[in-house]
Amino acid sequence: MYGKYRMSYPSIPMLKILSRTENLQKVREFIKQHAQQCGFDDDTVYNICLATDEACTNIIKHGYRNDRNQEIELHIVISPQSFVIRIFNVGKCFDPNSIEPPNVLKYYEKKDRGGYGIYLMKKLMDEVHFFFSTEQRNEVRLIKYR
Amino acid sequence: MSECKVRRRERDGITILELDGLLDAHTAPKLEQMFQTLLNDKKFKIIINCKGLQYISSAGLGVFMAYLDEVRNNDGDIKFSNMSPKIFNVFDLLGFPMLYEIYDIEEDALNTFRTNKR
Repeated sequence: MYGKYRMSYPSIPMLKILSRTENLQKVREFIKQHAQQCGFDDDTVYNICLATDEACTNIIKHGYRNDRNQEIELHIVISPQSFVIRIFNVGKCFDPNSIEPPNVLKYYEKKDRGGYGIYLMKKLMDEVHFFFSTEQRNEVRLIKYR
Repeated sequence: MSECKVRRRERDGITILELDGLLDAHTAPKLEQMFQTLLNDKKFKIIINCKGLQYISSAGLGVFMAYLDEVRNNDGDIKFSNMSPKIFNVFDLLGFPMLYEIYDIEEDALNTFRTNKR
């Protein structure tokens, strides 16, 4: 038997949802449960949930343009150093660097209500990465150090 | 599924909206509908009492931004009260305290409407 030498891989918690805003609560509950288990304090759990909500909302609204029948898949990868959320989708790509940090007074003058999501994600998490692919799935990766 | 109750009441001609629950991209349209109704009713002095608000995302914040201009152009304003530290933190991260008046309690927000023109 190989048991003695076998590597043990921890299972990766996964959630698959349809691209509908009514599923955002399900996403937050999923993240909350695992972030709490990791020992993050209440405020940090709240922030991680909010960042993930913002990422999924962006995918639903902009990536999938409110098409309610597309898929979003979330994986949580926990290591001693970090709590990583990988959010997979096949929505429309965009250049995340083209999103300017919001200036509320400027936004107010422009009567613009958007643009806060990505800024919030970056403020609330330690690292945010976007990987876009025309052949494979896109990924938004959110990282919080423990 | 997330829920956000929006309860409307009036005090001295000032409209108070009590938010109760979770304000995200799913529930924001309900708040937006309420704002539309207020503007149709020519109610421009508005206090958002956040006592029961447990969660807000940028979709919820976007609703206030969308109506602020019209409200102020009609000698009104949108003011906030009874925010929990978690909710205030989200406002603060985005620099919203520069744009909105935020009070500890509803009475304080009411008094500024009573004493100021706006």
